[in-house]
Amino acid sequence: MNFEGFIYPNEAEIYWSVLIAVYPYITGLVAGAFIVASLLRVFNVAKLRPVYRLSLLTALAFLLTAPLPLVAHLGHPERAFEIMFTPHSSSAMAGFGFIYAWYLLVVLLLEIYYDYRKDIVSWASRVSQSVIKGFIYRILTLGDRDVSEEAVESDEKVVYWITVIGLPSAAFLHGYVGFIFGSVKANPWWSSPLTPIIFLFSAMVSGIALVMMIYVFGSKLRGKKPDAACVDTLASYLLYSYILDLSLEFVELTHIFYAAEEGTELIARLIVDKLFLTFVGIQMVAGALIPILLIVLTKLFKPKMQTAIFTLASILTLIGVFAMRWNVVIGGQILSKTLRGFSSYSMPVFGAESLTLALGILALPFVILYILSWLLPPWEAES
Amino acid sequence: MKRRKFLLSILGLGVAAAGLQLKVKSSKSTKPAYLFFVDVTKCIGCGRCVIACKIENDVPLEPIYFRTWIERYTWLKDGELKVDSPNGGFGGFETEITEILEKDEIEKSYFVPKLCNQCEEPPCVQVCPVGATFKTEDGVVLVDEKYCIGCRYCIQACPYGARYIYPSSGPVKSRVGTADKCTWCYHRIRKGLEPACVKVCPTGARQFIFLDSEDQDSAYKTKLQKIKQLKGLRTLKPEMGTKPKVLYYGIDSDVR
Repeated sequence: MNFEGFIYPNEAEIYWSVLIAVYPYITGLVAGAFIVASLLRVFNVAKLRPVYRLSLLTALAFLLTAPLPLVAHLGHPERAFEIMFTPHSSSAMAGFGFIYAWYLLVVLLLEIYYDYRKDIVSWASRVSQSVIKGFIYRILTLGDRDVSEEAVESDEKVVYWITVIGLPSAAFLHGYVGFIFGSVKANPWWSSPLTPIIFLFSAMVSGIALVMMIYVFGSKLRGKKPDAACVDTLASYLLYSYILDLSLEFVELTHIFYAAEEGTELIARLIVDKLFLTFVGIQMVAGALIPILLIVLTKLFKPKMQTAIFTLASILTLIGVFAMRWNVVIGGQILSKTLRGFSSYSMPVFGAESLTLALGILALPFVILYILSWLLPPWEAES
Repeated sequence: MKRRKFLLSILGLGVAAAGLQLKVKSSKSTKPAYLFFVDVTKCIGCGRCVIACKIENDVPLEPIYFRTWIERYTWLKDGELKVDSPNGGFGGFETEITEILEKDEIEKSYFVPKLCNQCEEPPCVQVCPVGATFKTEDGVVLVDEKYCIGCRYCIQACPYGARYIYPSSGPVKSRVGTADKCTWCYHRIRKGLEPACVKVCPTGARQFIFLDSEDQDSAYKTKLQKIKQLKGLRTLKPEMGTKPKVLYYGIDSDVR
């Protein structure tokens, strides 16, 4: 056991492992990717059309993976469904099943269905394809093969309204995850009404970066050139959300140190000592300041490698936001509730709740996305 | 602009409704039937309570799982405070404080037994997603090991570090992977017996009061009267709003 100062004896074990850092990371990516889609649908940012469907599929692929880290870390995974069947209404965590189901069934699947319906109908009647694929498309039409102008127009309307509903849902999905941490009054590193909002904006940051990265690499894999205007617009929105996100983080930290309540000294040591690499090094410098600089400088000087630099910024961002989740989840636990010491966390490489499992779970959405985009090509019809 | 306002108002309403729901549900109250009193001026740190608890309740013997434990608080003359709890005080403190610190630099030192506070407003119960941890009618917080899913949220929510996840090395297999904590020996107190730690305490530092003691020994009433007259009774971390039912006598505000 490796600890410092005085911790309660039961605190020697870190109860929420790396998997619980992966969970808010994934839901954040879902919410962020959906917000990218809504930028086009609700806010009419036309330049984002090339990534619209991609961001929907990305959100779906990650949403399907989101429960995995949770279930994998339960002491009794076989009782996982009790959260939905017998929820305890005063628990923030009990909302998970409902918010998840709502988001998956009412928002994402419906939006994807209505957005693709016209194409699915045409794919279903296409001759030159495997029997299986044609069969799947015929099921996916859900029996509605009407592609008249009125029908398509009404699809469009439906999609618009789902997105309008979906936007607050996405905010709620991730804001609620922030609330799970922010409402723990026992923990001075978590307890803050700002936590859900910071989670939300960092989710936007990570979701935009993810869509950008997948779009650029996806285009390269298909041997196409990514649309520069689209990437440029994504970079702009990445920058805006960064500004909001960092301002909130700044307010939070300023509040902690200015109000200087009990435990502030320990929080200072947490930041400058225990979490120096992951908080200052990765979350703040490599994962926020450098990408912001890259974006700003690229926008100012417009170098030739624009898309490549933006992509680099998006990768750094994705690492930075994961570091943020890590710093919240792990940082909040190594800080002892005695406010007199620190426990420590060492992540096993193999086995339950290990690095390998976390990486596997993080890789899974890309596999799902690959299958989804094989079935429902998200790329604009290219001439 | 209209659209944005609409979105914001939907979001606002949703959050308000959820908040209201949480508030209403958490204010359900029960009538406490027991009180735990700790007189640290009497505790000698022998650690018999920790042993008795581990045996009585099948608590794993590893030094990171405790339903009750003892902390040693030592103030130095220069104002510095040192706290330790080697093996939770199991079987006593192997080293006297004077073996660790010079005698003339010590201002004062005492032992603080810790256990579940059976809060009147227990945050662990509030956060449990399935209601596996609950407050009984007589005010004791318990965990249903057949129901707990092992999400560990209650452990995060407890300000006192009173909970742990029962490890596979423990003797009770049905508890493995579920949250475990002090029950004030609920199986004993329901029969009118005192908790194991109280029973074995050689100095009376740990005392248990049956509040509904009409059919009980009326000595509890006199005991309660005496306790109530004591000056400087404290609970731990009162600022958390948890309303603990373990009362401490003789501790400083630095004890948390």
